[in-house]
Amino acid sequence: MDTIILYIVAVAALAASAIVSRTKTLAALKKAWKAFEGILGQFLVVLFLVAMLMAVLDTATISNILGEQSGLLGILGASLVGAITLIPGFVAFPIAASLLAQGAGVTQIAAFVSSLMMVGVVTLPMEIQYFGKRSAIMRNSLAFFFSFLIAFFVGWVVSL
Amino acid sequence: MKKGLRRYAAAILMGMVFLALIIIFPDYREKAGKSLLGQLGTVALVLPPIFILLGLLDVWVPREKMIRILGEGSSVKGALVAFLLGSFAAGPLYGAFPFAAVLLKKGASVFNVMIFLGAWSTTKLPMLLFEISALGLRFALSRLAIDIVAIVFIALLVKRSFHEDDIRRLQTQIP
Repeated sequence: MDTIILYIVAVAALAASAIVSRTKTLAALKKAWKAFEGILGQFLVVLFLVAMLMAVLDTATISNILGEQSGLLGILGASLVGAITLIPGFVAFPIAASLLAQGAGVTQIAAFVSSLMMVGVVTLPMEIQYFGKRSAIMRNSLAFFFSFLIAFFVGWVVSL
Repeated sequence: MKKGLRRYAAAILMGMVFLALIIIFPDYREKAGKSLLGQLGTVALVLPPIFILLGLLDVWVPREKMIRILGEGSSVKGALVAFLLGSFAAGPLYGAFPFAAVLLKKGASVFNVMIFLGAWSTTKLPMLLFEISALGLRFALSRLAIDIVAIVFIALLVKRSFHEDDIRRLQTQIP
């Protein structure tokens, strides 16, 4: 759904741009290609890494880790799993929902969802290439730390 | 050519590791292959419009305008624009990096760019609707509320760790 909207916006913008100025549109497409080609190598690294990781850490394994552990250790485990995996939301939310239905803790699930979205260990090399080592590592460690606070807060609100 | 090859060295190496893994562990072959194809599909589907928009943004929005809307002095309004821009985006977070880099290069403040990244990662609107239906209103809305707080904190802290050199390097890196 959101991808369709993205395409509509991109095509509309491209068409508007082409009507106003052909040369500028061509320059924009050239820049788009250059930016893409510049990061393609890193993209491929991420793709291979994720494919290997998800083969070893498949959804069944993730469910086991998130479902069985509880307490503080469980929250830490859930955050770690979220940090190193790369799963789109539309796959992650149903997994999280079924785990909750099976009795997994809300706090653990919230920790997993939060760090999954904000922390990207496999995409770190890419992030470093754009923003530098310091800020990329800073952003990810802060996001990891916050995923705990977020988890406790969500767990508390849901328990009210 | 040599330079091009060096840029892909890591990818080629990782590809070989991938091949080695599925040769040594045939059990992983199917899952790894499926995952690779799935990821490739996402990349092929989501990235073209993102990069086209990035190119158009780079060509059409002048630096002065970017500074006025998202630059240092843009205050709360700038942060709000950055937040909405990220929330209406689509695609995985790594799609946001090149886009954020162009914003930064054009003069958006580090704080606003980090707000944009934070919003892209956690407060995307279509995902929120999906989260509500999967995990419940209370879970999704409380996460949204605390996430906004976290995003602002992270942006403030990352801003302090950002070097002038990083922006200068970005400007030479992106033509």
